Amino acid sequence: MPRILLVDDEPNIVLALEFLMKKEGYETFTADDGEKALEAIREHQPDLVILDLMMPKLDGYEVCQRVRSDPACKNTVIVMLTAKGREVEREKGLAMGADLYITKPFSTREVVEKVRGLLSETSAP
Amino acid sequence: MLPHWLILSVSFGYLGLLFAVAYYGDKRADAGRSIISNPYIYTFSIAVYCTGWTFYGSVGRAAATGAGFLPIYLGPTLAALLWWLVLRKIIHLSKVFNITSIADFIASRFGKSMKIGGLVTIIAVVGIMPYISLQLKAISLSFNTLFHFHGIPQDSGFFVGEDTALYVALILAVFSILFGTRHIDVTERHEGMVAAIAFESLVKFLAFTAVGLFVTFSIYKGPANLYAEAMQVPELARLMQMDALPGGYATWFSLTFISMTAIMFLPRQFQVLVVENVNEDHVRTATWLFPLYLFAINLFVIPIAFAGVMQFAGANVDPDTLVLALPLMHGHNLLALFVFLGGLSAATGMVIVESIALSTMLSNDLLVPIMLRLKLLRTEAMGGVLLMLRRGCILGVLLLGYLYFRLIGESYALVTIGLVSFAAAAQFAPPILLGLYWKGASRTGALAGLAAGFVVWAYTLLLPSFAKSGWLPISLVDPGPFGISALGPYHLLNLTMFDPITHSVFWSMLFNVGFLVVVSLYDRPAGLDQLQAAVFVQGSRASDTGDTRLWHGTTRVADLMGLVARLIGVDRAERAFQAYAQQHRVQLNSDNVADATLLEFTERELAKTVGAASARVMMSSIIEGEALSIEGLMRIMDETSQVIEYSRQLEQKSRELEAATQELQRTNERLKELDVLKDDFVNTISHELRTPLTSIRALSEIVHDEVNMDPDERQRFLGIMVKETERLTRLVNQVLDFSKIESGAVRGIQEELDLADVTQEALAATSQLARDRDVTISSQLPSEPVRLIGDRDRLVQVIVNLLSNAIKYCDDQVGKVHLRLISDPDEVRMEVRDNGPGIRPEERERIFEKFHQLSDTVKGKPHGTGLGLAICKAIIQNHGGRIWVEDNFGGGSIFTFTLPRQAL
Repeated sequence: MPRILLVDDEPNIVLALEFLMKKEGYETFTADDGEKALEAIREHQPDLVILDLMMPKLDGYEVCQRVRSDPACKNTVIVMLTAKGREVEREKGLAMGADLYITKPFSTREVVEKVRGLLSETSAP
Repeated sequence: MLPHWLILSVSFGYLGLLFAVAYYGDKRADAGRSIISNPYIYTFSIAVYCTGWTFYGSVGRAAATGAGFLPIYLGPTLAALLWWLVLRKIIHLSKVFNITSIADFIASRFGKSMKIGGLVTIIAVVGIMPYISLQLKAISLSFNTLFHFHGIPQDSGFFVGEDTALYVALILAVFSILFGTRHIDVTERHEGMVAAIAFESLVKFLAFTAVGLFVTFSIYKGPANLYAEAMQVPELARLMQMDALPGGYATWFSLTFISMTAIMFLPRQFQVLVVENVNEDHVRTATWLFPLYLFAINLFVIPIAFAGVMQFAGANVDPDTLVLALPLMHGHNLLALFVFLGGLSAATGMVIVESIALSTMLSNDLLVPIMLRLKLLRTEAMGGVLLMLRRGCILGVLLLGYLYFRLIGESYALVTIGLVSFAAAAQFAPPILLGLYWKGASRTGALAGLAAGFVVWAYTLLLPSFAKSGWLPISLVDPGPFGISALGPYHLLNLTMFDPITHSVFWSMLFNVGFLVVVSLYDRPAGLDQLQAAVFVQGSRASDTGDTRLWHGTTRVADLMGLVARLIGVDRAERAFQAYAQQHRVQLNSDNVADATLLEFTERELAKTVGAASARVMMSSIIEGEALSIEGLMRIMDETSQVIEYSRQLEQKSRELEAATQELQRTNERLKELDVLKDDFVNTISHELRTPLTSIRALSEIVHDEVNMDPDERQRFLGIMVKETERLTRLVNQVLDFSKIESGAVRGIQEELDLADVTQEALAATSQLARDRDVTISSQLPSEPVRLIGDRDRLVQVIVNLLSNAIKYCDDQVGKVHLRLISDPDEVRMEVRDNGPGIRPEERERIFEKFHQLSDTVKGKPHGTGLGLAICKAIIQNHGGRIWVEDNFGGGSIFTFTLPRQAL
């Protein structure tokens, strides 16, 4: 069963995402800042991380970079979920190694489908 | 006896012929085939020197003094020897500077000085006045001789005899105007006039020689016979001795001297010798041919004089009319008519050239500079005004001559009148000759010398002529003013050894040269004066090196062309500039800034028409910058207040422009800053709005899609959605609120209020929040009301905001907030202390910026819009106060604001 880490400092958004992912049958973990996110990744080795960018202590870009520089997590899929809607920010996110960049507010169905798709790609071989 | 109508019609016919010659000369000049570009015509035009004085007066003088007429012709003969040296230099310089008259020349030598030009003009006009009256007298004398000879009764109604001179003056004025100012453009030379003058010189020579031959060979059978008979008459024999000369050698010398100067420096001689000169090489021919002409025309003076004395022995005949009287007496009326025409030629030639030369000087060197300075004349309208001015001057000069004739002329012989003018013209010799060969001769020196010489001349010659004619008390002359003979005009300091002319020449030259030399030695010429001195003394091809350094400015080519065009017409100006462009192989673009060479060219073009001094004033009126020397600059500043005014306005304008530009730049930068701020603001707001929107959308989609949801969970989700919606609403309201306060669009209500009362209200509003969080609020308020003017609701908002923040950031459970209001005489001070985590120093400024949230404090993200403190700051600033935060020792922060009291 795929494991998903949800990182956002807005508890209500985490709540909604948790509901959606659980319903899909994924195992979920949550974190409300960047440091906790890194801890959770090391501890739970999630298959996919849904990562907010603007967070206290450590922002999403930083988290993304650290994950990508850790060989142990090289297969972790990272989905950035952010209110920063500008094109430069999206490019920056993808350049940092994110697999997908979704802007808030998002369509729940789209997020679910995209996550499903990404997980099936990585687990296929 | 000749009928009147014949005399008159021949006279007018002859004038008409002259006019035809002049017209032909002008036509040929326009066609580019000048007839006067010929050394012989040049020489004959110089013979305008021989006037009615020569024609009638020489014989009169010879009859009275024998060889006494000769110095007047010896002088020019000697002067001609120097022409190749001196005259050529003068001609060359005049061409370089486009000199239009002798006044112009002297003014140019001394730094293009307006004052010198004006003074020379005045001397010339006053000095030549007797000379013109001489011609009027000669013509009317010849008319009257022709009419009245032998006292044959005349019909007085036909010709008003005593006013002959006036009619002559008026007719000659019209003629001179026609000759000299016929052109629409008043520039350059008068080719037609020169042709007519040369023609006249031929006529007067032929006429005089004819009567000489008639007398010598027809009446007396040869010169030897005539001489032998004359020597039989004791008074004639005495005339052949040298001691017959009045004043002896001194007079001989002084007359020779002033004649030497007169041949070059009489205004009309300068005109034909220099201004009308076509080719410098013509001087070579004139140097020998002109003395020859003088010799030839004087050949028969003595024979005619002797014959006259013998023929009219005992009869009361004016010796000045002998030339005409002799043929008349012998009944040779046609010869007499021819002689009369010769005399008419001699006199009219002089008057025409002299009046044109004087009118040019009067307008260019006296009237136009004055009118330009007084701003009576606008440069735009100059062409036409100039022409009228010159015509008026010609008329004025002739009427002055007539006036002198009426006042004085009748009581003097022709030669005596003429010598007065010669002595005046001699005053020009020192500044010109010294100026040409001595660099040290300065403007001030020349001015002093000319003025002193002129005053002495006027005192020793002009004043006595008025006294002797009865217009002033004769006691002024003899013994002298106040009876002091040492002051007598004819014997200053009791110098009695000279005749009046020699006496005047001696003193005036002494003063003239003395002042010129002494003042120049003590004067330090500077600027233009010095430069022109160098150019004139070197006499070299100075046009390229001399003036070019004088002007440099930022005048456009089009401006220069416009200036010249206003004076001489657009066509001629364009032609002149085209010629310039071709000669210098340059392309003249009307928008380009004119270079120094072109500026100098323009000044010379202007000088052709208005003379050097006026041209300079005009140039300086359009050129903005002149680099010369301090003195040169001072002079220009003095002369052209116009330039100063113009540049002052320009400066003012450029300062205003600069200020406006700076203002614009500042505004622009501020706008750019505001634009960046606005961009950030919009970005931040959109981010802040997206966050609650995201929760609402996600949760509502879940509730919508999950039909079989657990009702409790559904309820919980809906509750969150409501809260998030409230948050969104609050955010939108605050943004609107903030933008209103910040833009100052809403000044708020200005009412008198008690801040203690306001604080109580705020405390009450936050008490519930404090209770929820278990925070203790204490307050310390003054017992007296704290009165000031302000917006009550806004101030409540500020205090509530500060209290809520303090409550929010306090430690839970042990939270303590303390509020203190201090009322000072000039300001009110409010402090809100908390015991929360405090704010790091680098954050203390920034927390008052909009959307700056203490997002990375240890405590995590606070719940707020990020606008609260920004709104507080805006409100306090609108009230004229300050707000800041500082460290609360013992933990936490102190938010403080002050409000001024003077609002009350």
